[in-house]
Parts: sequence; C-alpha cells; structure tokens
Amino acid sequence: MTGLFQRLATRPGAAIPFTIDGAPAEAKAGDLLIGAILLYRRSLRRFEFGPGERAGFCLMGACQDCWVGLADGRRVRACTTLVEPGMAVITGGAGG
Amino acid sequence: MAEATVAIVGAGPAGLRAAQVLAEAGLRPLLIDEGHRAGGQIYRRPPPGAERPAADLYGFEAGRARALHDLAEALAPRIDYRPGTMVWGIAPREPAGFDLDCLGPAGHGRIAADRLVLATGAMDRTLPFPGWTLPGVFTLGAAQIALKAQGMAIGRRVALVGAGPLLPLVAHQYAKAGATVVAVLDVTPLGAKVRAAPRLAAVPATLAKGVWYTLACALRGMPVRSGVRALAVEGDHQVEALTFEDASGRRHRVACDAVGASFGLRSEAQAADLAGCRFVFEPLTRQWQPVRSGQGHSSHPQVYLAGDGSGIGGADVAELQGERAALALLADLGRPRDTSREARLDRRLARQAGFRAALEAAYPYPHHLVDRIGDDEIVCRCEGITAGALRRAATEREAREMNRLKALTRAGMGRCQGRVCGHAAAEILARRLGVPVEAVGRLRGQAPIKPIPLREPA
Repeated sequence: MTGLFQRLATRPGAAIPFTIDGAPAEAKAGDLLIGAILLYRRSLRRFEFGPGERAGFCLMGACQDCWVGLADGRRVRACTTLVEPGMAVITGGAGG
Repeated sequence: MAEATVAIVGAGPAGLRAAQVLAEAGLRPLLIDEGHRAGGQIYRRPPPGAERPAADLYGFEAGRARALHDLAEALAPRIDYRPGTMVWGIAPREPAGFDLDCLGPAGHGRIAADRLVLATGAMDRTLPFPGWTLPGVFTLGAAQIALKAQGMAIGRRVALVGAGPLLPLVAHQYAKAGATVVAVLDVTPLGAKVRAAPRLAAVPATLAKGVWYTLACALRGMPVRSGVRALAVEGDHQVEALTFEDASGRRHRVACDAVGASFGLRSEAQAADLAGCRFVFEPLTRQWQPVRSGQGHSSHPQVYLAGDGSGIGGADVAELQGERAALALLADLGRPRDTSREARLDRRLARQAGFRAALEAAYPYPHHLVDRIGDDEIVCRCEGITAGALRRAATEREAREMNRLKALTRAGMGRCQGRVCGHAAAEILARRLGVPVEAVGRLRGQAPIKPIPLREPA
C-alpha cells in the first residue's frame, strides 16, 4: 500500500530503520515521525470517538491530531518528534 | 538591584528581534522556543539532516530567513536559548513577575521571570466542510510545513484551498518542488481583490509578490479559481476528490488524494490569557486578541506583545513589533531611550497597518462556508462533536456564550483546547442565537495549554 505523503527532495545519508505495526520501514535523518509514517501509510491512528482514521492536520504542534503510540509505552506527537533508529510505532490505537 | 529577568515566549521573527534588542542592551533574555531551531513556523528550519538551500525553502523570503537564522546563531552566546521547550502554564508570582511552567528536553521545569514578551505566533484558521476530518485533509500551513521542514508533499495529487495570500504562495512552492497541484481554490471573490488593489499597491513589493505567485501558478497550468463555494471532500476512508461550486454556481469535481485548506490565520493567544492580559474583539479578522498598544504594551504592565499572536500582521510586521516591544520594555526599565529609532519603527508599523487593512479587504471572511455547515458536520475534531450538537445546546440548553457551550458540549475541551474548533463554534453559536460573533465571547485559556504527560510534573 502506498503512503499518503510523497518525498520530493531526496537527500543522501544512511537510512534509519524503524517499524510500523511490526513491519520494517526506513526513514532519513531529519524526518519527523509524521512524515516517516505517512510515506508508508495513509493514516496515523484510529479516531477514538467514532469511525474513521486520522493522519494529522496542522503539522505545527497545535491541533493534537497526530499523537501515536510507541511499543515502549511512550505516546508522542508525530509532527514534533524526530524519528529514531528502532522506533516501534503502533498505529492501531487512538494515539494520545 | 539585580537586572530584570525577561522571558520571551516564541522564537519566530518577533521573538528573535525582541531578543536582539534586549541582548544589545546587555540583558540576557530567556528565549523559549517550542521548536527545535529558532525561526518560527514562517522561517522554519528543517531538522538537522534534512537541510536544503534557503532559496528552495523560502523563495523571495530567503534573504530575510537567512538573516534571522544568522541572528539566532549570533545571539546564542548572549541569550539563554531554550529550544524544544513548551510553556504550558503561566502563573503570577508574589510580589511581582511570573512563574512559567515548561516542558523541555530535560522534563518539567519552572522558570521565573519579571517581565514577559509574548511572541506566540498564529496557526491556520479552519472551518468545517464535508469530509474535512478524512485522513489526507490538512491545513494549508501543514501543506507548507511538510514541504519546508521535510521536503515532502502531503499527497500525489494535491488540491489547495484558501482565503488569503498563503494560497498562491503554497501552490507556487508545491509546483516548483515538483508536486502535482490539481486545483488552487480561493473561497473569496476576485472582485474584492480588484477593489483592494489600489490600497495594496502602497506596499508595492508585497503586491508584486502576490501577483507573481498567482501568475506563476497560472503559467504552470494550475487551475486557479476565485469565488469558490460549497466545498466538500469525497471519499470513504481516504480523500478521493474535492467538489466545489465555481463563482457562477457550476459544480466541479477534481480527483485528488490530499487537500490543504484553511481560511486565514488565528492568533495563538493562550499564553497571554494565562498571563492576565485583557482581550478585545478584532472585527477585521473576526477574532479575540490580547489588547496591544502600538508600542507593544499589553494591558498588563509586565507583559509585552509582538507578532501574529496578538494581531495578524505577517512576518515582516512581526520583526518590527518584536523590536518595538523590546524597546518599550527597556524604556520601562528606565534605560536610556533612542527616540528616533522608536519613531522610525512607529512610522513603518503605521504604514504596514494600512496595508494590512487592505489585505484583509482583499480576502473577506467566507461567511458562505459557515452558512453551509450542516448539523451532521463534525466541528470539534478532537472529540467528534457536531454542529447540530452545538446548535441544540444553544436552543435547548440556553448556551449563550462560548464557555457555557464548552461546558455543555465539550467543544473546546478536547486535546487542542479549541484551537481548531473554537472559531467555527463561535460563528455557529452566534448565528443560531442571531447575535454578532463577538457577543458569544471567547474560550478562556486554561493550563496546561497543550497536553502534557501526567506522570512528569514533579
């Protein structure tokens, strides 16, 4: 399945491995979690008050739409969090 | 007596210029930045590893962006810069001053300050339309940030919708970066821009940029339309198309997989609220903002205001206001004044204010979108509260103002604290009650002004 976002400016540098719901994925240094996930997926989380999914909205840390869970128990705002090697993102939850 | 501690909240154009003035005067201000690198959203810098040339990122504004980024580097040894630090609470201290509750890289902390310069910026103003909560619908600002900070487009076929000068700019930037822009839709009428043109010409450089971006979009073959109405996003689980009416009432459907849409800007003013500043309704942009004098004073003697967080003026104005507010602060500390510098800034700010009024006239408020918000439409994205629920609270439960509406419906109580829904909710409530929007008041700010992990406060 193709992701929602499209990388227009490619850049050199080593790939950063992380996982999305256990599936291996690769990001680049300087990628925010929201971009890293949405290059692979079309949403970030389930909407907890009704049907449907969410993929973030403002990208500037204001709307709080992009909270995602990590396997280590942390919950992070994907638009203000840099991807780190080995991060294990879980998109099935309701985020925050 | 010890030198006053000044904390500047926000490190965009306004906060950086304020820091510069205070550092030049020998103070060592705190500059608290929720971002990881100074520049704010407008001159946002990509994270380390994702850098690109300034000309690619900022276009015509590359020179200004570079100047501010260089300033941030030069100031580093002379200020106390706190990147990645969110101010989530502000409380008065005895006998004077403030405690700022912060969450930073090292966890929670409390910063004491005698005086505050609040330069908290703005975010996109949004209005609900069918399909706006589908994954793939973002704000126009978000579309720009994806490109600026990440070198990414929000989709493969992108439709952009707006009610301000950001629209042609983002469209131009997307096309230049190689994205496919399938529609550029302005929900304000062309006639308003034509009528405002003579006044806009008072600041020719800015007008030239607006015209250039619009022309560049047209030349690249992008379908640019004004006076668009009745927006709707189609799709079950994802964005499949955007439909709209053109100025002559004809319905159109454009296949796309992402939409960037917003309708002007709204000030981020929660910090000013917590600091005890008085607010006033600003009719030009239909929003409540902290009262600010021309010199940058708020209603609170120890709080100064600059930039879009206290009145939408754009980045150039924010720089001038940051400088001006810091000069006012120094004067209040009894420092010698440079009255010719103050007068020069005041003149430039007055000129910009005239231009701003013309710009707002060119992009009038899109009442037609509010008129069409159906009862089933989600207004509060955080908790899925519909326009119908808000209207019922108005008629059946006598909600007469915003805080009562919030108590009854939870609109404004979710994670975003009404940043996204508050404006639309006020417009909906006022229409239902048949009163002007200012009569329903505004949501009071409450700490924490953004979500914080509960386990972390000491």
